[in-house]
Amino acid sequence: MAEQNETKTNRLVVRLATAAIAMFGFGFALVPLYDVFCDITGLNGKNFGQGPAEVTSVDRSRTVKVQFVTVNPADMPWDFRPTVRSMRVHPGEDKNTTFYAKNSTTEWMVAQAVPSVTPSEAAPFLHKVNCFCFDRQPLDAGTDTEMPLLFVVDPELPEHISTITLSYALYDLTDDQKVTQLTLDNDKGRTSL
Amino acid sequence: MSKAFTLALSLLSTPALADWQLNMNEGVTALSREIFDLHMLIFWICVVIGVAVFGVMFYSIFKFRKSKGAVAEHWHENTTVEVFWTVVPSIILIAMAVPATATLMDMYDTSEADVDIQITGYQWKWRYQYLDEDIDFFSNLSTPREEIVNESTKNPNYLLEVDNALVIPANKKVRFLVTANDVIHSWWVPHFAVKKDAIPGFINEAWVKVEEPGVYRGQCTELCGKDHGFMPVVVEVKSEADYEQWVADQKAMKLAMADEASKDLSMDELIAKGEGVYQAACSGCHQPNGQGIPGAFPAITGSAIATGAIDAHIDIIVNGKTGTAMQAFKEQLSAVDIAAVVTYQRNALGNTVGDMVQPSAIQK
Amino acid sequence: MATVDVDLPHVKDEDPHHHGPAKGLGRWLYTTNHKDIGSMYLIFSLTMFMIGGIMALIIRAELFQPGLQLVEPNFFNQMTTMHGLIMVFGAVMPAFVGLANWMIPMQIGAPDMALPRMNNWSFWILPFAFLILLSSLFMPGGAPNFGWTFYAPLSTTYAPESVTFFIFGVHIMGASSIMGAINIIATILNMRAPGMTLMKMPLFVWTWLITAFLLIAVMPVLAGVVTMMLMDIHFGTSFFNAAGGGDPVLFQHVFWFFGHPEVYIMILPAFGIISEIIPTFARKRLFGYSSMVYAVASIALLSFVVWAHHMFTVGMPLVGEVFFMFATMLIAVPTGVKVFNWVATMFRGSMTFETPMLFAIAFVVLFTIGGFSGLMLAIAPADFQYHDTYFVVAHFHYVLVPGAIFSIMAATYYWLPKWTGHQLNETMGKLHFWLSFVGVNVTFFPMHFVGLAGMPRRIPDYALQFADFNSMASVGAFIFGFSQLVFIYNVIQNVRAGEKATAQVWEGAQGLEWTIPSPAPYHTFSTPPKVD
Repeated sequence: MAEQNETKTNRLVVRLATAAIAMFGFGFALVPLYDVFCDITGLNGKNFGQGPAEVTSVDRSRTVKVQFVTVNPADMPWDFRPTVRSMRVHPGEDKNTTFYAKNSTTEWMVAQAVPSVTPSEAAPFLHKVNCFCFDRQPLDAGTDTEMPLLFVVDPELPEHISTITLSYALYDLTDDQKVTQLTLDNDKGRTSL
Repeated sequence: MSKAFTLALSLLSTPALADWQLNMNEGVTALSREIFDLHMLIFWICVVIGVAVFGVMFYSIFKFRKSKGAVAEHWHENTTVEVFWTVVPSIILIAMAVPATATLMDMYDTSEADVDIQITGYQWKWRYQYLDEDIDFFSNLSTPREEIVNESTKNPNYLLEVDNALVIPANKKVRFLVTANDVIHSWWVPHFAVKKDAIPGFINEAWVKVEEPGVYRGQCTELCGKDHGFMPVVVEVKSEADYEQWVADQKAMKLAMADEASKDLSMDELIAKGEGVYQAACSGCHQPNGQGIPGAFPAITGSAIATGAIDAHIDIIVNGKTGTAMQAFKEQLSAVDIAAVVTYQRNALGNTVGDMVQPSAIQK
Repeated sequence: MATVDVDLPHVKDEDPHHHGPAKGLGRWLYTTNHKDIGSMYLIFSLTMFMIGGIMALIIRAELFQPGLQLVEPNFFNQMTTMHGLIMVFGAVMPAFVGLANWMIPMQIGAPDMALPRMNNWSFWILPFAFLILLSSLFMPGGAPNFGWTFYAPLSTTYAPESVTFFIFGVHIMGASSIMGAINIIATILNMRAPGMTLMKMPLFVWTWLITAFLLIAVMPVLAGVVTMMLMDIHFGTSFFNAAGGGDPVLFQHVFWFFGHPEVYIMILPAFGIISEIIPTFARKRLFGYSSMVYAVASIALLSFVVWAHHMFTVGMPLVGEVFFMFATMLIAVPTGVKVFNWVATMFRGSMTFETPMLFAIAFVVLFTIGGFSGLMLAIAPADFQYHDTYFVVAHFHYVLVPGAIFSIMAATYYWLPKWTGHQLNETMGKLHFWLSFVGVNVTFFPMHFVGLAGMPRRIPDYALQFADFNSMASVGAFIFGFSQLVFIYNVIQNVRAGEKATAQVWEGAQGLEWTIPSPAPYHTFSTPPKVD
């Protein structure tokens, strides 16, 4: 009786401990789950319709105001702003615009723009065909550049949305880039041996 | 007892303002009033339920006491009653949820706005950028340090006053695009019933349509570090004509500032101006006396930067220092301000370098 | 709870293999006895309650008047953070585990916990977790200052160095809670006396069984979220950093996925305690035993789908707001059922008002008030006005102080005679109750008003219009704080001396723990009782 109880207890403990470990894993699984969830709902305004939309016709009966804003996060010294603050577009038409960036420091730097859209409901309907935010942007000390963005507003955009704001936060990844560069160089060194 | 208590309190507390506000502000927009009504509706429902439940409870407590000879009955279940008090609250809840959902839908209105303003939270100030005008400024707490440390009498707007208030027109739909530069902040004006988290890297929106001109005050409501309690929001609502005038004035001022930056100032002028800039922009971290906070913020007094090469000193203020709390101040301060504060830091707070820099030499 | 008729073959310990407790420090270090471990948990919790309480008094002293008087804003933030962490993880949770250790074996007729050695472990790692946490106060840069909810990036990129120690401390206390929970589940499922079916278990046991499952489900998620922070801080990942493609809002989702069930971890055992005490002093069986069990279970299940109601202002889509509003409001239904059942138990009973009952009645009233403000907070549009103001502070202190803490005090007074063998000193008990009751309400009720008037939480200084109610709250806090010295006096006095208690202690008490003598012998139910 007592022995039987002990095996029963051991089995239960193993199960409960496994459950605890599984929940630890679940905590981490929430990260990709959250991304999937955001993809579907546009929850954080981060996940856009990527690439060219399958747009057949331009809806000329409707205009949507698209605004561009920029944010420099803490300790990002570049000048960064949209060249055009807002434009009116018909859903379905390709539109080009640019963003101006200047590295006003005395050192070579690399930056990465992170987009965000509001209202978040509109995020899945803003297709970026080509965007400077797809790549890291290096700039030499004291130089400037105009970075292109080609986008389409999906004609499926819900009727009640009349303004879409696209925001870019420009992050300094110089240190990160140096590290990557260094590892790449090391790798090259190794293969050549 | 209670009289003595109140008396003791009134003697001890600051006599400036005795304010016993009990309830939420009704606010000055259609939406804020809608939310206020919703709040009162739920409140009264809770009061009614509370009176009923506590009524029965206190009746039992007074009536069914052993000392009054009450004998316990033996029932301990009654399905009808239990179903009743599960179903009835559910119905009440649905009755509450319907108007709440309607109000939510009004809050999420996405129709086009007349004025769009980007609001960016910084540790510990707000930045306001008018998207369609070339207006961009920071809004800092303007309460003097002496009032905070109880060295002078507190004014009625203590901690709820700023150097540059956000100005918006009345009777226009104003849309706020809220984001942050460093940590999460939250922008709140109780009278507008607008509260939105400012999240670094992401953008949120809120809107307001105020009927009456006036000044409305709020605060940051998300813990954002040391001076979370010292970054108020002040919004000045102007009539449409006054607002237009204000926009024109701002543009004129900007031109005047550019003009001023080309003038040379004397060392005394720079130091005098620099002290004001230092207290507003630097003293939060580096402390009013320049001693910093060991382990968190370095001292200015005797620092290698403030007493070293002047170009490096200017650079760290203009561009900030990566990986630390030192922000890039070029967006926040004018060339005149930067020249002044650099000169001040080098020749005050215990430093005696003796050199100076002119606004025209500041490369932003 | 079903009435239990007990057949007790061995009340006195006659087994020659069982000795009394060992002597000296070794007894406490190596003990595997559930009563010893229970006592240690309770003493630990009381110590933490005092330390966290001192921090609360520092906070309230600073807030007594507008202006900065006593502490710097950065230290103020350290105080609010440490107060929250210590009260949640150091005071409330260990107190419930201590009560579980003492009472669950005695209530289900088991000789001890199922895993006594692990029990020793899960207690003894706890003091180390809190030593690590408290030592951070003396580190350069100071203790954690980012709030007990430690939102990224304030707690990652912008945190003081001590955050790593904080993370380590959270890992240890998480491990302790998980081990404790496994032990409690194993005990309840495998060690019940013959005839003690699940639906005959006392409600304290039931609520703890459900709480233990909640702990196993969410403490690992907390461990996960702090591990992600650790990786972001030290190993260059970007879970919560937008620069590397992460999202600070994700932190809040994961945190509150843990955080909301955590709130119920701190209140479900309290429901159990109150459901034990009210029937005893009303001398009437608990009304709706099975609906109580179902209510607790449904509250626990609902707690997994309401987390984002803490985040109504982060910018969720409309659908999200509506869903989380509805789900949250739904919780009011089972919670209401519990309150109605307690009132129905009192109705037509035969009541007396000893100290435990006073605390239990105060619990019902004040917890319900906290429930009402919770319902108001659930209404998403109104929450935009309440969120992160003192209204929220008032709400959760109403459910945690006169809720969880009062239930722990009620439980202590209720079972103390069983533990020590001495009757309570009712005069001193009542003195403690009335001082605490007045103190709690003077402290926390005015917070509703300043919150509605617009005072944000976690600020070291405030606008003048909030001054009067803040000084009132500070006065209340000092009354409440110092009246806990009466509590400590009462407990010590009761351990030392007092009128001899009978086995049943309270006239209306029912259940297995009241069939063994007072004080409970070191080993009880070595031979299982039979429950019919």
